[in-house]
Amino acid sequence: MSAAKSGHDDEELGIATGDATPGVRPVAGSRGPKLAAPLVEYLLRLGDDRLVLGHRLSEWCGHGPILEEDIAIANISLDLIGQAASILRLAGQVEGAGRDEDALAYLREGVEYRNALLVEQPNGDFGQTMVRQCLFDAHSLLLWETLAKCGHEGLAAIAAKALKEDKYHLRHSSEWVVRLGDGTEESHARAQRALDGAWRYAGELFERDAVDDAVAAMGIAVDTAGIKSRWDAIVDEVLARATLVRPADAGMRRGGRVGRHTEHLGHLLATMQIVARSHPGAAW
Amino acid sequence: MRAPLTRDRVLELLDGVPDPEVPVISVVELGIVRDVEVADDGGIAVTITPTYSGCPAMFEIEKDIRAALTAAGAPRVEMRTVLAPAWTTDWIGPEAREKLRAYGIAPPGRAEQGGLISLTRARAAVPCPWCGSKETELRSEFGSTACKAIHVCRSCKQPFDEFKAF
Repeated sequence: MSAAKSGHDDEELGIATGDATPGVRPVAGSRGPKLAAPLVEYLLRLGDDRLVLGHRLSEWCGHGPILEEDIAIANISLDLIGQAASILRLAGQVEGAGRDEDALAYLREGVEYRNALLVEQPNGDFGQTMVRQCLFDAHSLLLWETLAKCGHEGLAAIAAKALKEDKYHLRHSSEWVVRLGDGTEESHARAQRALDGAWRYAGELFERDAVDDAVAAMGIAVDTAGIKSRWDAIVDEVLARATLVRPADAGMRRGGRVGRHTEHLGHLLATMQIVARSHPGAAW
Repeated sequence: MRAPLTRDRVLELLDGVPDPEVPVISVVELGIVRDVEVADDGGIAVTITPTYSGCPAMFEIEKDIRAALTAAGAPRVEMRTVLAPAWTTDWIGPEAREKLRAYGIAPPGRAEQGGLISLTRARAAVPCPWCGSKETELRSEFGSTACKAIHVCRSCKQPFDEFKAF
């Protein structure tokens, strides 16, 4: 896949930055997708990253290469889904339209999902899963560290808790990247291929748009450039120990934050949502 | 009609509610119960905090707390959940730690404070809860529940859980 044509202008996104009123959906530009109030959008991005990745990881349950790994991935999956539930609950409250975390998880279409493209990519082999996880965890940890000190009390509480969980996640995923990269010839080659494949999706984690600026004005200020340079340091350290070569930032993919997803998300949502959609309101 | 439950009595009752996944300690000892309020009409509000964001035992714990207080005559039980301050294993007291050890779960070390993590783990070996040996090794930082890690003892050859520092 070539990314010769990857430029999307921010004005195309139709984000209304001036309106921070919960529950009010600004009218989007004629060409852009409809986006909700900035804080709702921001929370959906945070929540959807973790919901989609948590669900992806759960696909390993019963298929892990060894029992300990099966258990570890299921645990990490559960942490992420728990974090997502807290964030989506908050998103629903801020939106004020009567949607709870279940409604947001089970009853939105793919174009309404705001996760980065990285997390919806198929698991591939175990190495691909761990490389993707390591790139995500390093970013997530740094983001939570910032958000734990942010001016939004509810979000800061979720972040402070999630930060502790993500420390374990990053240690786990980075150890596996080192073990596989600095392992056998076969594991090294596959880890490098996994890294090359995942890299083009990693840049989206550091993109800023009008939503970020709008929530910054509301006390949720994230120093994206600062996080990026610290992420670079963590990732470079892991890759050096793993004897893996850092890919060039070329052909970077984007679109998830405004609902333009790869074909993989729809299949994931179909599996995740089928029971809730087939039996509306069912409890068990 | 029974006399309304006092706050102390409620805490005593809750100290009899075991954690569903680590039944050797109570939800109070684990630090999940953060506050108890008793209203004039005897209605009770219990504030709890989850251990891990995705801990599936929270629903069970709420149910168990309601059941215990209702059985003791509480006319109304309201459950509240708080996330801050984030739960930490540092809230588990010495007695509860000893109960964990006697049950075969190595008690948690001190939780990491602040800062990020060192990617190269340099942790002291966790003493085996069965034989006390320090000749143990970590198998995985993720165990049978979110709060446990898996170790194995080279001396007595037994695998064991550690309540991981959090």
